[in-house]
Amino acid sequence: MKSLAELQALRDKMKNNMGIRNDDEAKARIVVGMATCGIAAGARPVLAAFTDEVSKRGLNDVAVGQTGCIGICQYEPVAEVFMPGQEKVTYVKMTEEKARRVVAEHIVNGNVVTEYTIGANAK
Amino acid sequence: MYRSHVLICGGTGCTSSGSAQVIDALEKELKKNDLENEIKVIRTGCFGLCALGPIMVVYPEGAFYSMVRPEDIPEIVSEHLLKGRIVKRLLYQETVEADTIKTLDNTDFYRKQMRVALKNCGVIDPENINEYIAYDGYQALGKVLTEMTPAQVIDTIKASGLRGRGGAGFPTGLKWSFAAKYDNDQKYVCCNADEGDPGAFMDRSILEGDPNVLIEAMAIAGYAIGASQGYVYIRAEYPIAVKRLSIAIKEAREMGFLGKDIFGSGFDFDLDIRLGSGAFVCGEETALMTSIEGHRGEPRPRPPFPAEKGLFQKPSVLNNVETYANIPQIILRGAEWFASIGTEKSKGTKVFALGGKINNTGLVEVPMGTTLRTIVEEIGGGIPNGKKFKAAQTGGPSGGCIPAEHLDVPIDYDNLIAIGSMMGSGGLIVMDEDTCMVDIAKFFLEFTVDESCGKCTPCRIGTKRMYELLDKISKGKARMEDLDQLDKLAHYIKENSLCGLGQTAPNPVLSTIRYFRDEYVAHIKDKRCPAGVCKELMNYYIDETKCKGCTLCARNCPVGAISGNVKEPHIINRSKCIKCGACMEKCKFGAIEKH
Repeated sequence: MKSLAELQALRDKMKNNMGIRNDDEAKARIVVGMATCGIAAGARPVLAAFTDEVSKRGLNDVAVGQTGCIGICQYEPVAEVFMPGQEKVTYVKMTEEKARRVVAEHIVNGNVVTEYTIGANAK
Repeated sequence: MYRSHVLICGGTGCTSSGSAQVIDALEKELKKNDLENEIKVIRTGCFGLCALGPIMVVYPEGAFYSMVRPEDIPEIVSEHLLKGRIVKRLLYQETVEADTIKTLDNTDFYRKQMRVALKNCGVIDPENINEYIAYDGYQALGKVLTEMTPAQVIDTIKASGLRGRGGAGFPTGLKWSFAAKYDNDQKYVCCNADEGDPGAFMDRSILEGDPNVLIEAMAIAGYAIGASQGYVYIRAEYPIAVKRLSIAIKEAREMGFLGKDIFGSGFDFDLDIRLGSGAFVCGEETALMTSIEGHRGEPRPRPPFPAEKGLFQKPSVLNNVETYANIPQIILRGAEWFASIGTEKSKGTKVFALGGKINNTGLVEVPMGTTLRTIVEEIGGGIPNGKKFKAAQTGGPSGGCIPAEHLDVPIDYDNLIAIGSMMGSGGLIVMDEDTCMVDIAKFFLEFTVDESCGKCTPCRIGTKRMYELLDKISKGKARMEDLDQLDKLAHYIKENSLCGLGQTAPNPVLSTIRYFRDEYVAHIKDKRCPAGVCKELMNYYIDETKCKGCTLCARNCPVGAISGNVKEPHIINRSKCIKCGACMEKCKFGAIEKH
């Protein structure tokens, strides 16, 4: 270790890896339905894509979690996004590509991807 | 990137309640479910709630599972980690609310705590230096080496008001300034990790949970006083702590936080571990240094003080683990921040190891000036089985008892001394109404008799004589003159012993006589032990009106002391009875009494 700047760079990098251990309330949360129906419909790769995209972008204040069945099995894989102070948004029939787009547009830029939401897909 | 981190306590408390088996089971189960690349398992240091171990915390939810057994793992993995449904049945009950879970900081146990020395314990992986760095580790060392002079470091520590956490409470900055004053080709920085008080485990928990903080702080101390070598004197009975500290030292060397030219400043510092064999006297500073030198651990007279002639006759600084654990944060957050916590003369926080008759056995850290009532009743969760608080023992064999009347005294160095106890290293043993104070005094004195190194007469012979007097009292064979003799002897030993061990050994006796004299008198005059502990002074009786003659007691008596016919009241033969209490335990009618 030769300088304080080098140490600080290392700290910031390591902090990224440990972001999910913060107990802070104000952060975006992405929750993927991982009950039997979700897993059967392919929720695992979706969850992995969310995790991967969030990590690639260094969004250490975003938590990716999973939940059980919310009762709309025909729309699985389902992902819900909770942003501080906003109503939750439910995305349905998710894929890996859709997951990456949700991170880019909704989490980063704050624009809900309307075409993937349950409202746009319900008949 | 892992989507979930599972933290499991690998401190000594949780390890002894089986956390290693839980970790094994978890790793196997994750592999079975193909989750090992998604979920990271981290073995941390102590969370503090040792009574509820093994403890497991799952992030990002922050779910706090307690008393986890290997059998619970498949359910946690399949429900929580795979499907995201928290297993409420296994959560720490206080965190469960109707529809949500409370964060840990809001539970009674943690709410009134303030974690400074324990900041990283239970948060980071102690065997991974990168996690320490992520939580600002080694920033203070970098700041000190690149921006501050040694004198500025000492002034900062002085201004913070930090006092030694090992027991005596000597101002740390002042101690450093003494050692800095003496010019020498070689100086030493030492750490006292020879935690010997029965019931104390603060230092062990810091070493197990955050070993890097000690390395960083000792390097800072080295820079401040001009030392290039440090020694950590740690007892061999702390295998987990020794292992983690060794790993941390190795990692710190590889990263260049120890060694030559640290941070390109030209400052060299290295650190080594010396194992102690667990002699209580080696916690005394001169005995500790003698032991590091390779000699028999015996104290020597002071002066010269270690700051002038310490380890290998060179100027040395010796601090306790918890004292060091405060240093990096004082440097980073400033002396004013630290001085704003605590009372007028005792700054900062203090870690206590809560033990004895208390619901939440474990490790707590509170600001100085917190009352004993807050620690016992709120954080500690009160006394089990609805019993009444009788006294709390602080300072171990060197301290004293605090009775119920002083529950509201703000705890700091000076207040504790004023009420006849002392801060000590932080062991806090709670006693309820079933505890006999004569017996407690006898217990601690037996410990000091065992641990006295024998070098000076007042301690070697004096403590033995005191123990014999206490033994007489507890057996009902003493007279009132013996109590005066005990008091006289106690003062003599305090004034004439060579080191801290002997000077403080009579404290448990003096403080129990001060607050519970009536109990001593009851033992001596009435030949009675009010708490029903001293075996020689009590007898078991069978209440004829309650005894149904079921013969259960007679069948369970190991010495055949109970006789009687079926369906007729039984009798205990007192000359045969060994007072083991087996009959009382077995009796279904509450017919057996002791008094």
